[in-house]
Amino acid sequence: MNAPTTFDGGMIGRPTPRIDGRLKVTGTACYPSDFPLEDTAYAYLVTSAIARGRIKAIHLEEAQQVEGVLDILTYENTKGKVRKVRAFSGGGYTSTTIMPMDSPKVWHDGQIVAVVVAETYEAAREAAHKVHVEYDERKPKPGFDKRRPQPRQISNPLSSSDPQTGDAETAFQHADVKVEAYYTTPTQHHNPIELFTTTCTWSGDQLTIYEPSQFVHGLKNGVAKQLNMNPEKVRVISPFVGGAFGSKAALTPRTAFVALAAKRLNRPVKLVPTRSQSFDVSTYRAETQHLVKLGADRNGRLTSLHHEGWEVSSRPDNYKVAGTETTSLLYACPNIYTKVHIVHADRNTPGFMRSPAEVPYVYALESAMDELATALGMDPVELRRINDTMVNPIDQKPYSSRALMACYDRAAEAFGWSKRNPEPGSMHDGDWLIGWGCATACYPTNVAPAQARVTLAPNGRARVQTAGHDIGTGAYTAIALTAADRLGVPLENVNVELGDSSLPPAPVAGGSNATASICNAVAMACDEIRERLAQGAVHADGQLAGADPGDLRLSQGKLVAPDGKSEPLKEAIMRLGFGPVEAHAKYTPEIASAPVKLMGHKLIEGGISAMTSGSSVKDHVQYAFGAEFVEVRIHKRTREIRVPRIVGAFAAGRIVSPTTARSQLLGGLIWGVASALHEATEIDERVARYVNDDLAEYLIPVCADIKDVEVIFVPEEDHQVNALGIKGLGELGNVGTNAAVANAVYHATGRRIRDLPIRIEDLL
Amino acid sequence: MRPFSYDRAHDLASAIRAASAQVEVQNRAPIQFLAGGTNLLDLMKIDVMRPERLVDINPLEDSLSEIVADGDGLRLGGLARMSTVAHHPDVEKNYPVLSQSLKLAASAQLRNMASLAGNVLQRTRCSYFRDVSWGACNKREPGSGCAAIGGVNRKHAVLGTSPHCIATYPGDFAQALIALDATVEITGPKGERRIPVHELHRLPGDTPHIENTLAAGEIITAFQIPRKAWAKRSLYLKVRDRESYEFAVASAAVALDLADGVVRDVRIALGGVATIPWRAVAAEEVLKGKPLTEDIARSAAEAAFEPARTHGENDFKPELGRNTLVRALLDAAKLEA
Repeated sequence: MNAPTTFDGGMIGRPTPRIDGRLKVTGTACYPSDFPLEDTAYAYLVTSAIARGRIKAIHLEEAQQVEGVLDILTYENTKGKVRKVRAFSGGGYTSTTIMPMDSPKVWHDGQIVAVVVAETYEAAREAAHKVHVEYDERKPKPGFDKRRPQPRQISNPLSSSDPQTGDAETAFQHADVKVEAYYTTPTQHHNPIELFTTTCTWSGDQLTIYEPSQFVHGLKNGVAKQLNMNPEKVRVISPFVGGAFGSKAALTPRTAFVALAAKRLNRPVKLVPTRSQSFDVSTYRAETQHLVKLGADRNGRLTSLHHEGWEVSSRPDNYKVAGTETTSLLYACPNIYTKVHIVHADRNTPGFMRSPAEVPYVYALESAMDELATALGMDPVELRRINDTMVNPIDQKPYSSRALMACYDRAAEAFGWSKRNPEPGSMHDGDWLIGWGCATACYPTNVAPAQARVTLAPNGRARVQTAGHDIGTGAYTAIALTAADRLGVPLENVNVELGDSSLPPAPVAGGSNATASICNAVAMACDEIRERLAQGAVHADGQLAGADPGDLRLSQGKLVAPDGKSEPLKEAIMRLGFGPVEAHAKYTPEIASAPVKLMGHKLIEGGISAMTSGSSVKDHVQYAFGAEFVEVRIHKRTREIRVPRIVGAFAAGRIVSPTTARSQLLGGLIWGVASALHEATEIDERVARYVNDDLAEYLIPVCADIKDVEVIFVPEEDHQVNALGIKGLGELGNVGTNAAVANAVYHATGRRIRDLPIRIEDLL
Repeated sequence: MRPFSYDRAHDLASAIRAASAQVEVQNRAPIQFLAGGTNLLDLMKIDVMRPERLVDINPLEDSLSEIVADGDGLRLGGLARMSTVAHHPDVEKNYPVLSQSLKLAASAQLRNMASLAGNVLQRTRCSYFRDVSWGACNKREPGSGCAAIGGVNRKHAVLGTSPHCIATYPGDFAQALIALDATVEITGPKGERRIPVHELHRLPGDTPHIENTLAAGEIITAFQIPRKAWAKRSLYLKVRDRESYEFAVASAAVALDLADGVVRDVRIALGGVATIPWRAVAAEEVLKGKPLTEDIARSAAEAAFEPARTHGENDFKPELGRNTLVRALLDAAKLEA
């Protein structure tokens, strides 16, 4: 790994192994379902075997006879017990407005229809298999219509802006060079290794929920609303999360039922749904379709960009990702038309999945850009260079920084792009055809209000508390590095506590905002401690008497003046009173709108993130960028597609924790390959049911599929985005990869595959 | 998973006795032998198999897991573990198709557990079979129908199907055995018998729940592989959606007896495309006595898939299967005999 140039000798930017790594690899890290609770009963879900209809009858007799069964929840005994709460995507809490077990109605395959609770997991499972549900089944709609284009909506509910400028249609008609094509992406499921567990325990009217969560404050407030409780009576504990990718961001229906079951039995109840059930219990990335039309002049300059998207959602919810917000500002173009349509079907409500908007939409645009480069006879990198822009073409707002072409140049050099023969099918190694492709990665720099409490003890030990989340991203490490840097103490002196709603609120670990939001809050708290220590020191009669407090820094366990005079931390802290010094900071993003500046902390305390998107800042737009290059090898006879080599170069502002940041980008690139070649949830269209709902049949790459992956950090400094200059990158790596793979497949074979995933049969 | 009782068999006779009383022998037979358990336990957890009693035959491992290689051939005990056989030097050197088919199957952990006999009897990966919430599966519930026909069937068979079942046989090793003319040794209540491996599995026909020709209480004790001219010039080619830990979309086990570029004799078995480990006799006939050129290999492949019937999502399989066989034959021809 190359050393990131933002590393300035302090702790921020210092390559550091994950500080919680040892806990994880030794099995000591306590994930939510690992907390030992005395007298726990076990829940097992019964889920619907139809996608649309009503429950006629539920026969429980056989299940109730299983030894150890304690209770069975069905709509007949839970109806009205859970209140409807606004969905996360509509500014509320829940993943869906569908209310299972509130009526006999079935909205989708795999909907929870009963919860069996027993003394053991095995008894609960056996009994669940013996619950017999009779349905009145109706013919469901599985997803998109067969025809293209899908129906267009007259107006969009909850419409985003549908960014547009100029007259794209006329410009397209007059363009020198045109490409026009449909692209599709499949249904995908997150499949975090840690399943969607929930354990609930009551102590009087106090509810404690152990559940892997990307947003403990959201979960706490959402459940309180569902169960009509004071939120202060609900605590959510989630110190470690075994993968989430968006699937653990919003409150899903299961949680309230486990809380109800625990209440009915007056003992802790633990639910561990199966992998198969996980396909319906949480959310998924819905399938999308895209119509992209690009027009350009003979020099390759874009004159027209048309991007229309269709997305599937459930019957009642208008969930959509609307990635045209990003694809409309990626390249200079005077005439842009975008539109996003929702197609409702008898499915569970989709939700956030790593780079929800960018993965499908940038795939479509970056595939079309490659097609345009081919039509122009131009190098795909040069096409991006010609159309590079430092302003959003829709409204001319400048980018706070944009290092896209620097990323392309660094990655192209590392990849050896100049040796590419542009002719499709021209490169091979024995019986294997070789293809090289590239595409743009980008992700908005989102930031949200966040709070943190930092205490610094006279012995130099620091404690950082914030209800943020480490979903495998390295948050513990990034936060510890920030505190160590600002407090001038060794990293091992910093103890970080996360994932507990009793800690100061932090936003959802989503939208790649967490590092920027939380580290700025932590730095603020540390700076407040420094300020108080400095004020104390300059007004006392020690070494630093009379110094300018603004000049004093915390470094190597001392409070230090620019002239080298210093005093030990212990002395500086003890002066302020007995025990540690503590600060509670409330960070509000500099870029936030006036209402968020006013209300942001009230919202986050109530479990609403109040995130400002990188595409909706008042005076500029802020994005992180990257360029990804992929080599594919395709056997000339049997057409297996393999990816021996990936290079990605990324510019994402200040890199706080380079080691874990690199892991994020590596993981993103690998996921991108999965998204292009492997991942797809198969739906039996006759009945709108998921078929390959386990990890044996839902393919992701295995180690043998991934060979060389190189991550390059391109230096970038940008203090407009936030005080620390951090751009999130957790969702940057897997944007564009699917297009880079598809473009490489074209280069290898001359076959343009526009429907993901690309499989053997597409190339026979 | 439902409650079951568990016994350990202390000798072959008692194991056979324990399981020979039942009438139903397949699918949902109430008494099942437990070897590696890598398939059976999975299916029990997801409620597909519901045995009342497991007879653990692992205590017989000492006598049933021998690997004996001599001038006549190779004898592999039914309880030998996949990994042990895969890495046996004699197997690797003289019977490459066997070693390759084992190494390319499952994962290292599974190969360490799974027995050879269990492996050749492994159940299909058809999603409709493996999820009891689907009502129609003739293999699981005889007479209930086949949800895969007209459903999600990209991975389903195109050879040996019937209107009642198109589930693919998922294994690899059985094809390798067939390519080497192996015999299976069976011991049961009526004593010992031997059959060619290619007579072990049954086509689904109208009884897809009966997958093989074993009778109640019968145990596969060993596989006998003759040492013939083609054994060294053999290979297993497995084409799949990812590089490892995945079932074949199409595969071919081939063993070639070549003299001066002319095929003296050949065995071909196909995987990933058929309801049983599929011996492609028609393809063998095309090749015999001919020089192994690309055109001849292509003709053989055409013959192999002449009876194929596709079901929509798997329309591509005959073409992929043909290409797989051509590649396997041409690669095998390049091997040293």
